[in-house]
Amino acid sequence: MQQPISFYFDNRIVRVADQPITATVLAWLRGAVRRTGTKEGCAEGDCGACTVIVAELADEAGDAGGIRAGNLVLRPINACIRFLPTLHGKALLTIEDLAGLTDRALHPVQQAMVDCHGSQCGFCTPGFVMSLFATYLRHQAAQTTPDRAAIAHDLAGNLCRCTGYRPILDAAARMFALPPATLDTAPIEAALRAVAAETGAGLSYAAAGQAGPGARFYAPREVDALAAWYAERPEATLLAGATDIGLWVNKRFRDVGDLLYLGDVAALRCIEREGDVLRIGAGATLEAAWAALIGLEPALGEMALRFAGPPVRHAGTMGGNVANGSPIGDAAPVLMAMDARLVLQHGAQSREVPLDAFYLDYMRNDLAKGEFLRAILVPLPDPDTRMRAYKISKRFDCDISALSCGLAVTLEGETISRVRLAFGGMAATVRRARHAEAALHEAVWGEAAVRAAMAALDEDFTPLSDLRASRGYRRLVARNLLWRFWLETRSAAPLPAASVRVRTFAMAGAV
Amino acid sequence: MNQDFSPDRAACGFARDIPLVLDAGEAAALRAGARVGISAAHESAHLHVAGAAPYVDDVPEAAGTLHAALAPSPVASGVLRSIDRAALLAMPGVVAVLTAADIPGANDCGPVIHDDPILADGTLRYRGQPVALIVATARDLARLAAARIGPCLDIEPATPVLTAREAYARGDALLPPASLIRESAPGALTAALAAAPHRLGGQFSLGGQEQFYLEGQIAYALPTENQGLRVLCSTQHPSEMQHLIAHALGWRSHQVLVECRRMGGGFGGKESQSGLFACCASIAAARLGRPVKLRLDRDDDFIMTGRRHPFEYDYDVAFDDDGRITGIEATLIANGGHSADLSGAVMTRALCHLDNAYYLPEVAINGFVARTNTQSNTAFRGFGGPQGALLIEIVMDRIARHLGRDPLAVRRANFYGVASRNVTPYRQTIEDNVVAALVDELVAQADYQGRVAAVAAFNRSNSVLKKGIALTPVKFGISFNVPHLNQAGALVHVYADGSVLVNHGGTEMGQGLNTKVAQVVADALGIGFAAVRCSATDTSKIANTSATAASTGADLNGMAARDAAMTIRNRLADFAAARHGGEAADVQFANDVVRVSGIALAFATLVRQAYEARVQLWSDGFYATPKVHWNPKGLHGRPFYYFAYGAAASEVIIDTLTGEVSLLRADILHDAGRSLNPAIDIGQIEGGFIQSMGWLTTEELVWHATDGRLLTHAPSTYKIPTANDCPAALHTRLFDNPNTEPTIHRSKAVGEPPMLLAFSVLLAIRDAIAATGGPGADPDLRAPATPEAVLDAIASLDAIRP
Repeated sequence: MQQPISFYFDNRIVRVADQPITATVLAWLRGAVRRTGTKEGCAEGDCGACTVIVAELADEAGDAGGIRAGNLVLRPINACIRFLPTLHGKALLTIEDLAGLTDRALHPVQQAMVDCHGSQCGFCTPGFVMSLFATYLRHQAAQTTPDRAAIAHDLAGNLCRCTGYRPILDAAARMFALPPATLDTAPIEAALRAVAAETGAGLSYAAAGQAGPGARFYAPREVDALAAWYAERPEATLLAGATDIGLWVNKRFRDVGDLLYLGDVAALRCIEREGDVLRIGAGATLEAAWAALIGLEPALGEMALRFAGPPVRHAGTMGGNVANGSPIGDAAPVLMAMDARLVLQHGAQSREVPLDAFYLDYMRNDLAKGEFLRAILVPLPDPDTRMRAYKISKRFDCDISALSCGLAVTLEGETISRVRLAFGGMAATVRRARHAEAALHEAVWGEAAVRAAMAALDEDFTPLSDLRASRGYRRLVARNLLWRFWLETRSAAPLPAASVRVRTFAMAGAV
Repeated sequence: MNQDFSPDRAACGFARDIPLVLDAGEAAALRAGARVGISAAHESAHLHVAGAAPYVDDVPEAAGTLHAALAPSPVASGVLRSIDRAALLAMPGVVAVLTAADIPGANDCGPVIHDDPILADGTLRYRGQPVALIVATARDLARLAAARIGPCLDIEPATPVLTAREAYARGDALLPPASLIRESAPGALTAALAAAPHRLGGQFSLGGQEQFYLEGQIAYALPTENQGLRVLCSTQHPSEMQHLIAHALGWRSHQVLVECRRMGGGFGGKESQSGLFACCASIAAARLGRPVKLRLDRDDDFIMTGRRHPFEYDYDVAFDDDGRITGIEATLIANGGHSADLSGAVMTRALCHLDNAYYLPEVAINGFVARTNTQSNTAFRGFGGPQGALLIEIVMDRIARHLGRDPLAVRRANFYGVASRNVTPYRQTIEDNVVAALVDELVAQADYQGRVAAVAAFNRSNSVLKKGIALTPVKFGISFNVPHLNQAGALVHVYADGSVLVNHGGTEMGQGLNTKVAQVVADALGIGFAAVRCSATDTSKIANTSATAASTGADLNGMAARDAAMTIRNRLADFAAARHGGEAADVQFANDVVRVSGIALAFATLVRQAYEARVQLWSDGFYATPKVHWNPKGLHGRPFYYFAYGAAASEVIIDTLTGEVSLLRADILHDAGRSLNPAIDIGQIEGGFIQSMGWLTTEELVWHATDGRLLTHAPSTYKIPTANDCPAALHTRLFDNPNTEPTIHRSKAVGEPPMLLAFSVLLAIRDAIAATGGPGADPDLRAPATPEAVLDAIASLDAIRP
């Protein structure tokens, strides 16, 4: 059955039937409806000038990690890499909607930006305002106010080239001191319920008025339907957050064929504990998945913050990061160090593979045609496990790793009974450093064993030189990160993070 | 700034319904009638935050608009034998494929030297160079066709020259080499070097910087009657766009109107290099008789346009036991890219800023602009000045470490004097030197000496992390080095209802120029901000404008606008005295009220009376900077009307295991003269500081070593600072120092000088690295100081590592 894309926009439900399946939300906003407040800065989700808010019903949203307002979950996302059909059944809020939320000339977020001189050229400003609006809503709902560090993290996906950020950070503090404005979610919720009622088993969409059969966008709501559809059409492209596929389209003009969207399958967005395992559905957002992992292992906090910026973390999925299998994906080293397993499904059949056996070669993995990643299973950490995850890049936020790693040792007394040293950026795939692990296994967690493991890393990896770092640097730093790991986790006089990491030190505000 | 934020909601700003938030002093001044020296919000701030400030791509498109894209060269060097257009013309939506042969006038968009083809003319000069202009019914279709150009090209590739050192070794220069030499007697430099008690030589390498304006390059050309074009363009230089378009079409300038309301950032990248896109959109629009828009994708913007010149340096310096320089010879090698663009003027400014704040008794500075097969490098905030001045700061640091002295003491020993030791290498006598007093004030403000000791103590008790601290000064020359560019025009209309429209030749790129100029006009006429409206820069209103560049926007256009406004005010005063009695000189204009001969009447009332009495209520205005002159052959004269000063102290922490760096605290004291708008000036200072810190730390440009591809071609791979890179402790203050020259309200230019403030960050990193070595450790640190560069520098000290 042919259905239009139906979503809440501009205080009503709009129905779109004429856009190609890969039309971006940004292109539609700026082109079809001439809402030009949302800007294109890079068309790849790296600058945040196109930040908008997507809202959906909380009972449909499936996972945590979004911002709760009324019975809605809201997320800041990059409109430039979000395909329009994925908005079906959701609400889209743009910079133009803010003025309508207050009786005053400007919303408190906007007023604070004016008061603090937070705009210069103004081009990035709508994106900043929308990210700050998300911050505003979250803290308004929770009746909290963020500190400066939390604000800066919320803004990590927005680039400003003019201000140097200080006035924007000031504005973010000031906006909570101005007379408040509230978002009335009731009309949005009612509209979304109406769309949900008419959607049935899911959206099946193709652009009207095109010659020939045209590419199809299918967004089922049940896993079985997704599995069956994909098994029948294994040439289709599986779409989750589009934070990579959006670039294939925008930058490489790739024809992605039919799109099978898993973002509306509630069961895939679940994150739940099953016995001694944390099960992360393949459709869970990065924001939600990292929060769950931090719940298991607080030492992962920094890695989570540095994994892209908020608009990407709210759109992209950890399943996508793992299945995509880039050698510089930052989730895999962490998950590998935690002995994660993957649930793969083909039609009605499913199987489990250990993550460390999943990657076969550069951008090649163990998925068969028509098979998809259903869930990531993470064993709950042993209390005697000491774990850290490190990422090295030129910029702290939102950069691609030169190298990253997940490092874990489990001790019995002082003897290492289990060791996992997984590295990204060091080889064609993310993988474990088996020689270095061997040097530590059943050794005493002490300087001698660590130095032996550091030396053994040279046997594990022959990294490349590229724009992010040279081979020599990667080798040296991989060794030094093992050393840092030991300094932080040794039994005698372990060093706090602020003694071995510059950002932790800086954020402790020691000056 | 953030600590003493004590707002007082005062009168309205440029948005009539939004009161200004001012500190108590400014609020009182505003109530008393002041319109300059007030931190008015940017005239478009209320529009920015609402997404209601239109940029070129936001203007509604005219019916029939076509979209263009540029097809890039797949090789960095070679001969383009032919282009087979048939396959591209057959692609969906493609309307035209234009090549160099289709350009009716000159195939050139070089701003100074005519060496810059719009479309490749047979010689391929860099990878990404536009070889064809594709016009289609939709932007996506044009881009798709442009991406398919490869198989349509018949190319004979050649081996590219990709580095400046390689071109230098081959003697391949874009411009004649330049030397700035000043000696007390012939041979004195050689003698000084030979006789010196201490001598240091070396090399230094400094990377380039992408402007990364958030709004990419864009031009939208609309045909008008009788062979005319109206071109909306994101450009710092509408007059040059007009000139280049006419040149490319074989037209005269009066056929072309170029308009720019605002840019989403410029930073120099839209001074000359908007020309390529303005010309291409115009060529297509003129040929097809339809509106044509050319908006670049971000990746194409990176691979087609140039940026801040990377520099390589060789130097040899002599100094005495106090670290005082007795002679220096330096060679500056700039990577110019494939064409001259503005490289000549950039190199001149580099040569004229190598001294920074220091007196150099015997000096020879050589400049070489290397020709390479890369994008043509161009203006970027500072325009060579930062590249010149950074070298001397590296030299100061090396001298201090060599002598085992405090780097600040060495800097002070070398500061320009006030009555002596006050002549620059280009023989301009410095008449407004405040650097010593300014630095003293910052040392106290930042507790610099106390923190030097605290840093040393920290380093004694920490092995993995090390701290560093540095304080560096700024002296920056203000004026275009080319004297004739130092002129500006303005047009002020007072309408019969008392509202005012201001137009001038400068362009708004976020720096607050329109806000400052409108403040100047409001001040001259004694009216409120809401009565003044700024309009787009438009070549049909002000002719023959200079680029909004060299920090001169407010200096030049503010004076021109004041000239226009004062002409009107004087006419109104004459009229008021004639009508109401008294002397014209006694008529007062303030707070929207005119006081004449004991009566007070609303400004709008007087204007209405004057209109009915047939008084001309609009005027042009003009300004030309006095005193400046320059001998371009001998490289001497008075290129700068005055100097702006500043200083910054930065404290960093580095990780000796990974090379990661974090800026912990920065204290800035900067001289904006008598500021027209303190909030805007502080915005420029902090924005420039963080932007420059990015240049010197995370913003690394990498080209493929053999094929010349720019590998850092988008924000995914090229990393400008984020909010987390701005330190929580950032303390910025303005140095109270009215300009000694009669500039607009005694203010000083503030756009570019702050780029030098972040030298303190790089030098602090150097200091932290030195702390990993023994006494006298002098690390070899290149810029940008990426984590890898930091580890390499630590290795250069043979430091002890695990």
